[in-house]
Amino acid sequence: MLQQLEELKLKAFQELEGINDVKELESWRVRYLGRKSHLTNILRRLAALPLGERKAVGAYANEVKVYLEDSLKQRGEALREAQLAASAEKEHIDITLPGRHLPIGRLHPITQTLHEICDIFSSMGFQVVEGPEVEWDYYNFEALNIPKEHPARDTMSTSWVDFQTENGVPMLLRTHTTSVSARIIESMPPPIRVVEPGKVYRYEASDATHVPMFHQIDGLVVDRGITMADLKGTLYEFSRRFFGEDRKARFRCDYFPFVEPGVEMAIECLVCGGKGCRLCGNTGWIEILGAGMTHSQVLQRGGIDPDIYTSFAFGMGIERLPMLRYGIDDVRLFYGSDLRFLRQF
Amino acid sequence: MKIPLKWLQEYVALTLSSSDLANKLTMAGIEVKGVQVIGGEWENIVVGQIIAIKPHPNADRLSLPTIDLGTEQQTVVCGAPNLRFGDKVAFAPVGAQLIDGHTGQAFRLKSARIRGVMSSGMACSEKELGISDSHERIIVLPAEAPVGTPLADYLGDVIFDLDITPNRPDCLCVIGIAREIAALTGRSLSLPEVSYKEAASPIDQQISVEIAAPDLCPRYGASLITGVKIGESPRWLQQRLLACGMRPISNIVDITNYVMLEYGQPLHAFDYDKIKGKKIIVRRAAEGEAVVTLDGVERVLSADMLVIADTAGSVAIAGVMGGADSEVTRGTTSILLEAASFNPASIHYTGRRLQLPSEACMRFERGIRPELTLPALKRTTQLIVQLAGGEAAKGVVDVYPGKREQEPILLSTGKVKTLLGVEFSLDQIVGALTSLGFDCKQGDSASEVWVTTPYWRSDIHLTVDLIEEIVRVIGYDKIPATMLSQSLPRQNPEPVLGLKQQAGRILTGCGFQEVITYSLTSLEMLNKLLPEPHPLEPMPLRMANPMTAEREYLRPSLRANLLAAFSANRRHEDSGIRLFELGKVYLPRHNDLPDEPEALCGILGGSRLEKSWQGKEELLDFYDAKGVVEGLLNQLGVEANFEEDRDESLCLGKQAAIVVDGKKLGVVGELHPKVLEAFEVSEPVYLFEINLTALLPFTIGHKMFQPIPRFPAIVRDMALVIDTEISHQRVLDIIKSFPLVNQVTLFDVYAGDQVPRGKKSLAYRITFQSPTHTLTDKEVNKVQQQILNKLSSELGAILRG
Ligand SMILES: [Zn+2]
Repeated sequence: MLQQLEELKLKAFQELEGINDVKELESWRVRYLGRKSHLTNILRRLAALPLGERKAVGAYANEVKVYLEDSLKQRGEALREAQLAASAEKEHIDITLPGRHLPIGRLHPITQTLHEICDIFSSMGFQVVEGPEVEWDYYNFEALNIPKEHPARDTMSTSWVDFQTENGVPMLLRTHTTSVSARIIESMPPPIRVVEPGKVYRYEASDATHVPMFHQIDGLVVDRGITMADLKGTLYEFSRRFFGEDRKARFRCDYFPFVEPGVEMAIECLVCGGKGCRLCGNTGWIEILGAGMTHSQVLQRGGIDPDIYTSFAFGMGIERLPMLRYGIDDVRLFYGSDLRFLRQF
Repeated sequence: MKIPLKWLQEYVALTLSSSDLANKLTMAGIEVKGVQVIGGEWENIVVGQIIAIKPHPNADRLSLPTIDLGTEQQTVVCGAPNLRFGDKVAFAPVGAQLIDGHTGQAFRLKSARIRGVMSSGMACSEKELGISDSHERIIVLPAEAPVGTPLADYLGDVIFDLDITPNRPDCLCVIGIAREIAALTGRSLSLPEVSYKEAASPIDQQISVEIAAPDLCPRYGASLITGVKIGESPRWLQQRLLACGMRPISNIVDITNYVMLEYGQPLHAFDYDKIKGKKIIVRRAAEGEAVVTLDGVERVLSADMLVIADTAGSVAIAGVMGGADSEVTRGTTSILLEAASFNPASIHYTGRRLQLPSEACMRFERGIRPELTLPALKRTTQLIVQLAGGEAAKGVVDVYPGKREQEPILLSTGKVKTLLGVEFSLDQIVGALTSLGFDCKQGDSASEVWVTTPYWRSDIHLTVDLIEEIVRVIGYDKIPATMLSQSLPRQNPEPVLGLKQQAGRILTGCGFQEVITYSLTSLEMLNKLLPEPHPLEPMPLRMANPMTAEREYLRPSLRANLLAAFSANRRHEDSGIRLFELGKVYLPRHNDLPDEPEALCGILGGSRLEKSWQGKEELLDFYDAKGVVEGLLNQLGVEANFEEDRDESLCLGKQAAIVVDGKKLGVVGELHPKVLEAFEVSEPVYLFEINLTALLPFTIGHKMFQPIPRFPAIVRDMALVIDTEISHQRVLDIIKSFPLVNQVTLFDVYAGDQVPRGKKSLAYRITFQSPTHTLTDKEVNKVQQQILNKLSSELGAILRG
């Protein structure tokens, strides 16, 4: 019996080694380990053997069974590995072919910049508000200490709307978003902390640095105890977050009829880093915005008592910022709707 | 405004380098836009004197001057026609850098043999030195020029180009800038000494002045100089005018311009003999009064303009331009000199109306203090007597109806701190103000001071104006940077801004590129949107002063600009184009500002997916446009109906109104072929347009959560054959009206050989589900039969076999 088992084991193993197809493994299993196999037969007939022989044959038969089962498992795994390797070889794809694209859209670079700026000021507690683009002369000029025949009007060439009102009030396209501040001072009770983004218009011919329509953002804070130090802190924080930690900023005296004292904020030139170059006109500084302490007459005209409340205001052009950041040399590109330009942002 | 530093130096010692000085002025509000160095390249060029002139042996038009340079003498070959023995010239030795008189390029001078004679240097023209374009003649320096001195020391200069803000007319002159520099650098200012000999005859007996419009002319001063000789002004004076960008004309005109640049006060010289009645009357012009100005043009005036007149008529438009009749000419011998102060707004109005901008006008419209008239008048009189000969009459005329005392302003250290957020001591405050010429007197308490503004400052009215002066001098860098510490104001975000942002995000997610186009457009552009021309109703708002015909009207919709953008991009894009714009449109209202709703417009056409190595190319169509609108509204939580519409710019039958709660809020459709043709587009293009402002209230509704179904669904497919003209919507409405119907999907639409003519097949997948129990086939069969019965009785639908 033991002799038979030994031969069985050898034969089965040799056959197993010869198998190269996973499907043949099953018929091998049926043949050597199935219910009708010789081995099962031997095990089934153990009881008929004399006791001494039964023990020895039984032990050995079980050993052969375990051995064949393990061998089957190993062979199976080896074959599956080989098959995967073979199919990987056969089903190889060209991973350098381009992917399947869904159409991609982007926000306009000016919109992106405005979102970025509004986010920075929002995080400092500023609320975003908007006002009309077609405006009365009053909110654009008179309310801001720019009466008729004021020289400051000459620096903001105005597009006038051909429209007759019953009381003859002139209508115009706002020349700055500061007109929204004039409205806010009149309509919102303090404390006020707002930014006012939007389109503005100038009566100007287009060239690489001028367009008749562009974007600005104004800011206004009215509260008790607002100081110029707060203005500086707020704008320096904006500069730090927009232009980066190391970009130096400075205030210098400037004039806007609706603030006093008035300042201009400049940052260190992005090209030369302050050494002086063409972009900064050899000064090392680039003007970014105008600001100041809101003029007491402006507050008073809007119904806010300047003895109780102080206020600061600032305003900046938007186009300049992406132009500096990306090195864009022609402002008209923003309004040309050319996909070859817009897709770059 | 251009200011030469050498001129400045006459009034204040310049202790800083020119770049440091430029920075200091800029920081204090006097922006130095440019710095021009004259003579920076004049290395080795020196002042020489012609001590001999010999003819050139081989050329008639050349000569051989010998030039004394102090330590040596050089003989050169020279072709200039103005060589004169004894003249001082600019001598350039071999190696000096010059500008080529013909090419304008810089070059280095080499020794050369000219027609057989060695020349080891040259006498330069102004062009070769880069001073002007004059090249025929060599430059002749004033006789006092010291021989051997480097030319850069003698003639070189640094010129600041300043940008003076409108509030500082006092800085529109050399003395004004010198005064600022003195204050900023802690030096003292020295003004010119003004004195001249007067004749015995008093001026009052020779001229009288009457101000008939004191509201427009607070002060009028005049002096009289007789026996003057009109001619050229001296070279030094001409050079200063040139350096400041003014052209020399004649000694009298040059002197008045010189004093205007020096003091900031514009002056006007009349030919005294041409003044009729020997009387000056300052009055408003008569309506329609005409005057011929210095430029020979007849100007018709209106009653709100101010003129200077004599007894016969006007002799000048006050502050704007003199009259031709009273002009100083070659033969003039007596000068009546005017220094006056005029109302700034009136001058601004007149100057702009007559389109006569000038240096004088620009100064007057920013406000010349009346106190400035006399010092400037006397300075000019002095220079005329000195440089044009003649004799000044005794005294001056000074009519001063607008005299006002300067009220002192109370300033406290506390007020300074309240505004600036930093404490300055009273000493610092007084020091800064005093340096600028303010007069400070101790107030009632130790922290207060009464400040009187110096006469030349027209921009100081309030305490805050003084505070700006203080920080200007002390420096903005002394102000700390603090963060706002007040509690946060209540926030009331404008919901339309959120909607705009959300819509922008959704559309970019759908593959649309945002564009921003000009709000101003043309009628021509708007008319392209009309397949059959007709007048626009309502007419869009028009500009009173359009810059160009393309920017004359405020757009009533975004369509035209987007179509133009599509068309322009199609010239270089061959795949699908999807564009959108979010912006205001302007709808006129009666007697009010226009309505400015936020509009959203999208446009699409071309292939659905970019050309690829896999799959076939499919074109975008109406259902792509509608799908974007449906997706957008879905994400905004708005349910809309699409109803047939008649928008003239779109194809009839291929457009739908977007209707929410019975209101039309937009439209989607295919553009009319004639419209496309007008925009030079030769492919189908689809458009959608939504009024976001009107949509806003529907996006704010409160959403409720729907529980996820707990019981399994049963899905049935149903293919119907139905008349072609019956819309999907009508079928859908019937199916959805039944209980247990949870979801209906149209998955096939077919018309063709397989169905009878005039019919189409619609295949629906219906999902039945109950929130309370597991459905049985029996239940679903029953409902499905009911649906079919209703579809059949109401729409004549039959089940497709
Ligand atoms: Zn730079």
